Amino acid sequence: MDTIGLRSIATVLALVTFVGIWVWAWSGRHKKDFDEAARLPLEGDEE
Amino acid sequence: MQVSHSQSNTYNDSVVRQFSIMAVVWGVVGMLVGVIIAAQLVWPELNLGLPWTSFGRLRPLHTNAVIFAFGGCTLFATSYYVVQRTCHTTLFLPSLAKFTFWGWQAVIVAAAISLPLGFTQGKEYAELEWPIDLLIAVVWVSYAIVFFGTIGTRKVKHIYVANWFFGAFILTVALLHIVNSAAMPASWMKSYSAYAGVQDAMVQWWYGHNAVGFFLTAGFLGIMYYFIPKQADRPVYSYSLSIVHFWALIFTYMWAGPHHLHYTALPDWTQSLGMAFSLILLAPSWGGMINGMMTLSGAWHKLRTDPILRFLIVSLSFYGMSTFEGPMMAIKTVNSLSHYTDWTVGHVHSGALGWVGLVSMGALYYMVPRLFGQKQMHSIKAIELHFWLATVGIVLYIAALWISGVMEGLMWRAINTDGTLTYTFVESVKAKHPYYIIRMLGGLLYLSGMTIMLWNVIKTATNGKAATATIPAVAAHA
Repeated sequence: MDTIGLRSIATVLALVTFVGIWVWAWSGRHKKDFDEAARLPLEGDEE
Repeated sequence: MQVSHSQSNTYNDSVVRQFSIMAVVWGVVGMLVGVIIAAQLVWPELNLGLPWTSFGRLRPLHTNAVIFAFGGCTLFATSYYVVQRTCHTTLFLPSLAKFTFWGWQAVIVAAAISLPLGFTQGKEYAELEWPIDLLIAVVWVSYAIVFFGTIGTRKVKHIYVANWFFGAFILTVALLHIVNSAAMPASWMKSYSAYAGVQDAMVQWWYGHNAVGFFLTAGFLGIMYYFIPKQADRPVYSYSLSIVHFWALIFTYMWAGPHHLHYTALPDWTQSLGMAFSLILLAPSWGGMINGMMTLSGAWHKLRTDPILRFLIVSLSFYGMSTFEGPMMAIKTVNSLSHYTDWTVGHVHSGALGWVGLVSMGALYYMVPRLFGQKQMHSIKAIELHFWLATVGIVLYIAALWISGVMEGLMWRAINTDGTLTYTFVESVKAKHPYYIIRMLGGLLYLSGMTIMLWNVIKTATNGKAATATIPAVAAHA
């Protein structure tokens, strides 16, 4: 395959990966994990 | 779990303290040099007729001092502070962490000596000569080992989003610095770039724009994602949005560099690519800004009484403003007016003074009293005063350069009906004089705020003493 073809595939893969991350982040399946993670700064020290 | 006070259950804050103090000291120094060169633009005789104090040598001293000394020390301090507290563990390899402090100070001192002496590689924000570049690389790899080692030894399940931003900043800066600094030494303080011609320019601005994107943005977003929730005492508005924010920024920033080379020998398609990605960047930038600001939703009243929170939130307003302005200026037709004018300098400073400066100051005001066992800074009134001096200073600075930049851009392109230029170059320089005075006054206000901060920090540190913070005995997800 020529360079242009490889570059095109890389671009499409990057886009698909990005959309995948988007879907993953907002699917709601990880809400519990995300809520836990979001509380980390508030629980890191004793004040 | 038994609670005993040993090294294994306390955070390592001594290196955080060192970096925090030096961030404030270098902030004053770097901004002072900035005011001096702003004054030189108003009164050129202030270069004293000496080579060491000429504008061309002091200007890189200013940019290196504020970006790498003030900004760098702030990033080291906050990332070490945040990574320990969000991983519930102490720093990995404390002796290496100590080395990053002394190594980074050595880099700064070497820069402060070599730049006025005229040693430079001539690449913007990458001026330092090759022996110093090597030291930077060693310090930076050590930094990466300490940071990622700490994450690797974390006691909690999740890697908090701030650490993702800090991690991306550390990795990318290593990559950018090593690639762009590749050079062939000719003698101890002279070298030639490994690249030539337009490739050299493209590598330089790939570095240059990502220094903005990862050093001055991703790192400081890490600060934002920890210190705003902390100071507002509520979790970030949307954790999902923070994940998308992170990856969107990573996927787009890398490609925006060519907008620094519009209408040059760079191939046209590369320029258009840079412009397109710069426009796309608006989305993640504003997503992040909204995420930070909305963290305050339901607690807006805190802004009225808490000057530290005001520093953090107003920094986001400037972040939003400059990340809107940036993509607009990357549009080729707009760029044909703005490029090489003061508009660019004003744009950089709305990001640097408004976003990077204010968010750093907010985070430092948060950390310093805690690092020295104090409830709060020595003087809250002084923080309040600092906030207003800084804000008024920024507004004066950027408004003056908007006007002078657009004016000189229009003067340069004005042509008479017979096709000759309407203005000579020196006429555009003369027209900018009053705005240079206003810009210098804005910078002076910003510097005076920083000086008040130095006094406040010294007072807070000397009133208290080095404090030891305990790692919470029960991990959040045990």
